[in-house]
Amino acid sequence: MAMEITQFLLAAQSADARVRTEAEASLRQFQEQNLPLFLLSLSFELENNDKPAESRRLAGILLKNSLDAKDSARKDHLVKQWFAIDVALKSQIKDRLLKTLGSSALEARHTSAQVIAKVASIEIPQKQWPELVGSLLNNMTQQGSPAHLKQSTLETLGYVCEEISHHDLVQDEVNSVLTAVVQGMNQSENTAEVRLAATKALLNALDFSQTNFENEMERNYIMKMVCETACSKEAEIRQAAFECLVSIASTYYEVLEQYMPTLFELTSNAVKGDEESVALQAIEFWSSICDEEIDRQEYDSPDSGDSSPPHSCFIEKALPHLVQMLLETLLKQEEDQDHDDDVWNISMAGGTCLGLVARTVGDGIVPLVMPFVEKNISSPDWRSREAATYAFGSILEGPTIDKLAPMVAAGLEFLLNATKDGNNHVRDTTAWTLSRIFEFLHSPDSGFSVISPENLPRIVSVLLESIKDVPNVAEKVCGAIYNLAQGYEDSGANSSLLSPYLTEIITHLLAAAERTDGAESKLRGAAYETLNEVVRCSNLSEASSIIAHLLPAIMKKLAETMDLPIISTDDREKQAELQASLCGVLQVIIQKLSGREDTKPIIIQNADDIMRLFLRVFGCHSSSVHEEAMLAIGALAYATGAEFVKYMPELFKYLQMGLQNFEEYQVCSITVGVIGDICRALDEKILPFCDQIMGLLIQNLQSGALHRSVKPPMFSCFGDIALAIGAHFERYVAPAVQIMQGAAQVCAQMDTLDEELMDYANQLRRSIFEAYSGILQGFKDTKAELMMPYAQHLLQFVELVSKDSLSRDESVTKAAVAAMGDLADVVGENTKQLFKNFTFCGEFLNECLESEDEDLKVTARWTQGMIGRLML
Amino acid sequence: MAPHDIRRPFKRRPISDQQKRRELSLLRQTQHRSDAQQRARNLASSVISLQSSSPDVDPEILSEAVPELDEGTESESSNFDVRQASRLRGPEARKWFARQLMLPEWMIDVPDNLSQDWYVVARPAGKRCFVVSSDGTTVSRVRNGSILHHFPSALPGGARKKGAAGPASSYSILDCIFHESDQTYYVIDMVCWRGYSLYECTAEFRFFWMQSKLAETGACDPPSFYHKFRFSAVPFYNCDQSGLHSAYTGSSPYVKDGLLFYNKHAHYHTGNTPLVLIWKDESCSQYVIDTDNNGEVPNQQHIVLELQEEGKLVTSDDPPVPFSYLNADFVKQSGLSSGSLIRFAIGDGGLKCVDGRFEKADLQYIGVSNRARAFADSYSKIMFQYMARHSPLKVEDLASTISHENQQDKPPEVEMSD
Repeated sequence: MAMEITQFLLAAQSADARVRTEAEASLRQFQEQNLPLFLLSLSFELENNDKPAESRRLAGILLKNSLDAKDSARKDHLVKQWFAIDVALKSQIKDRLLKTLGSSALEARHTSAQVIAKVASIEIPQKQWPELVGSLLNNMTQQGSPAHLKQSTLETLGYVCEEISHHDLVQDEVNSVLTAVVQGMNQSENTAEVRLAATKALLNALDFSQTNFENEMERNYIMKMVCETACSKEAEIRQAAFECLVSIASTYYEVLEQYMPTLFELTSNAVKGDEESVALQAIEFWSSICDEEIDRQEYDSPDSGDSSPPHSCFIEKALPHLVQMLLETLLKQEEDQDHDDDVWNISMAGGTCLGLVARTVGDGIVPLVMPFVEKNISSPDWRSREAATYAFGSILEGPTIDKLAPMVAAGLEFLLNATKDGNNHVRDTTAWTLSRIFEFLHSPDSGFSVISPENLPRIVSVLLESIKDVPNVAEKVCGAIYNLAQGYEDSGANSSLLSPYLTEIITHLLAAAERTDGAESKLRGAAYETLNEVVRCSNLSEASSIIAHLLPAIMKKLAETMDLPIISTDDREKQAELQASLCGVLQVIIQKLSGREDTKPIIIQNADDIMRLFLRVFGCHSSSVHEEAMLAIGALAYATGAEFVKYMPELFKYLQMGLQNFEEYQVCSITVGVIGDICRALDEKILPFCDQIMGLLIQNLQSGALHRSVKPPMFSCFGDIALAIGAHFERYVAPAVQIMQGAAQVCAQMDTLDEELMDYANQLRRSIFEAYSGILQGFKDTKAELMMPYAQHLLQFVELVSKDSLSRDESVTKAAVAAMGDLADVVGENTKQLFKNFTFCGEFLNECLESEDEDLKVTARWTQGMIGRLML
Repeated sequence: MAPHDIRRPFKRRPISDQQKRRELSLLRQTQHRSDAQQRARNLASSVISLQSSSPDVDPEILSEAVPELDEGTESESSNFDVRQASRLRGPEARKWFARQLMLPEWMIDVPDNLSQDWYVVARPAGKRCFVVSSDGTTVSRVRNGSILHHFPSALPGGARKKGAAGPASSYSILDCIFHESDQTYYVIDMVCWRGYSLYECTAEFRFFWMQSKLAETGACDPPSFYHKFRFSAVPFYNCDQSGLHSAYTGSSPYVKDGLLFYNKHAHYHTGNTPLVLIWKDESCSQYVIDTDNNGEVPNQQHIVLELQEEGKLVTSDDPPVPFSYLNADFVKQSGLSSGSLIRFAIGDGGLKCVDGRFEKADLQYIGVSNRARAFADSYSKIMFQYMARHSPLKVEDLASTISHENQQDKPPEVEMSD
């Protein structure tokens, strides 16, 4: 029987900390000692209209938290606990929850709807709550059901649809749910609250409606209801209806043709005259259509050869009107919108959509936009000037260079002058437009650039002047310099063009990074990121001494961060952020200078001091390992080679910390990569650290809590270690290969239709092969026989992968072929029979030998040679 | 329930620089891992075995040599590595390096599968040499082992710069042709790179490695204080119609001296090999027919053969091809000894071949060969020169062989209806 816990629930929210802590402890004790009764008591509390709102609210929260958690391990635990509870008792709890949906208290109904959805997410896939949908539908159809019950029932249906997959319901159930939801939208029969709940529920139910959208009659009916709802007199309902249209635009693009005239009218009325929240959704509808069409165009690239999904050219058909509508939005700027990151308004949405339209249709947009630009760009009204500039900047991606080049060439000087415009907003957009010009119309490498040796001096001087402007403008100028430098990357002699300005550019970027007036903007980060790109893209033979001078300057700045006064956690965060930027710059410098033999010594001479700084950065942050410092250390290990061993005693504990950092999985992943770098730098000298590293790697791979993306790098790391320590890998081979076999098994069972999962599967498979290759080659001539017991399994795995020509990518193929060759090369004679038995080998090799990929062909030929040698 | 977020990135680049750095690091790691594994596959260690392809080819220039590396130490010296070799000085070093080049045979008939299995390269005119960069310096040695240049270069370990304490293993060996007019070393093969031997690698792999690795050191940059000569990888082509055409008629920054053909599957084999072939005609070489010491084409073809025991005259091939005999009395009388290189002219009787194989030659004794010579002529060279004077192998012959191959590759049309 349920317990009376109201007092505890109220006390747990007391302002008196002592009372609060005591009550919390009692509740926790109750939960631990008798979970079923605890949950039952909470559900009674939630249902009881005589209880105070505060205790009911906390009861709801505790119920939710007993069923769901963000952390996946915790979530699994909660699910197991729920399954363990007696069925009859659970059914009592569920009854209370369903009853609560009819409560007069809005908040309790709302909470109950959420809790029901959580229970549903656990039970419906297991077919343990088959009567749920029926009883919810009953609420909707029963004569005289009160409006508030219908409202919360629809809300529940929406949440349930969000929580479960449509595979969990049979088509009849889907049909009934959809019917109930769509009827709930009916204007003549329902109150505004019910219609709003119904429209929101439909948004979640749309994913379930594949079958219904295929049927023209049902689809017509749903679309009619959504369009009618989009004209409701309540703005909130209109907004919800437009949200449905946005979702329909991407989910059911193929069947939209017949509705487009209506949808165009609806959306353009909304954009022109409706409230902003509705207008924003209407613009988003068109942005989503652009996303779809751009996707289809990319998918349809001539070399993919796949049959592409249909492209209805909605944007092209609506182009003149659509562009006109969007251009009008550009004039509706808010003052100061560039200062606040949280702003999202109609002119921003309209401009963004215009950019997407340009990418969708290409050249066709230019004649529609240019008259607007020409008419407004010299207007006395800043809104007109800004809108014109934004329009111009928006169409720079999509149209061909041929179409854009004359316009940009003609407009460049105007824009350079506009960096002195009296209006901050105009200058911001001008700088952004310049950065877009350099991004899309400046690639000397491929033969075209609007920048010539003649106009470059003027461009650089304007940029270096403007970088002193207010922070938001300076940040955009950084972007322009970034793209300017990037254009010269890998551009041979052309990259020399920027060399004479490097010192000055770097000085200005460092000055921008030092500014104190940009504290709230992203200026400092942008300045350092741009500095990185400038260094990366520089012509090393001309810039080496400039970069060599930059190195001590950045090291000094990094040293200074250690002395920043740290009082609050906010100070600590700011310090970490600055250190991240500076470590990033160091990483880029290390990588640039160590890329060539004649500049590498600069890094080697400074390696001790650089390393000392990185260790101090680690020392500043007790709770986690600094990700950027770790990345830079990897680059340093590559530069120093075997000398790196002297840093290992001090560095090692941070490597261990990094490996154990499951929560910040990026840190863990980067640490694993750095260990690979260190293996290659140290070779056998890594041996003293291997017991602990391998222990942690194996432990991590066995853990369910580790983010899956870290697993492939860990397997690759097995290979790195094995190749470095050779025969010494013997002690790890059994546990390592066992986990590799397990992971290979997992790959085989993955859903090949899920693209993201297939990407992951490919990474995992490649990394397992890399591990095999490293171990095999490490054992060559010494312990080759140790791999004999695993040979059969390896070949089975290769066979499995070879047969999956659909989802396997080139890198996996290459790794598989290489591992096969390694087996033949290293284990030799003993594998002869195996290779004879696995008849797929020849066919697979032939496939690889016919590949376009030179690397793969070379590898395959080598493997063929290795296997061929056995067969002699 | 989370509504669809309609805020899109505004005036911002879609990817952060940090993400870019992460991705670049990942790319670098992947590349290094793949390099490391490739190296492990292609070579057991960085040790180059001191393989002497033909011990009987004793460069006469070494007749005064200090005999440190005599036959008795041959087995131990198989573990001799290039780092030790680079410390050798004087004749010892010459002797060692003289044996390290892979020497092409002359093309006297067209090999099968040219278009599938072979690369073609336009050979730059100039001095063939072995370039070793190690311990802060770079040394180039011509075919007979003597030093051409001693200079700093941007090759791994190729220059001694202040504080440049690079790893001791950072040395490289390139097979080059030094082209006088633009003072450039054209790299025709890569034998060792950053301490890793490429001897056991196929030409396909070595060429690929050469193209991708050379530029990254800065060795292809124009000369500077620490980089005295420019290096440049010669372009190579698959030996199909278009590749042959490009190599033969395409423009190149250097003067051409014939075409080299590399079998893609062949390892770097020191000494003569039939898996690399040289072919020349007048339009791609100024030196088709051998000239004498005055630079003039003699009326008769001259050949150099090595004298062995019992007056046997042989080519430099392995095994040597016997060509003729010298009378024992004549040998004694002329003060010749076993190992001498002797020059002959081919008389009007010419070379007699049976079934494409040499049978008998009309040789006229001229005298002992120039002391700068390290080797006798090879069989293929003698035959090629002979053919060049009488019935040369023409570029049309090569082209028609290739087009014939391609026709054979096409499946007969009847198969379609099967």
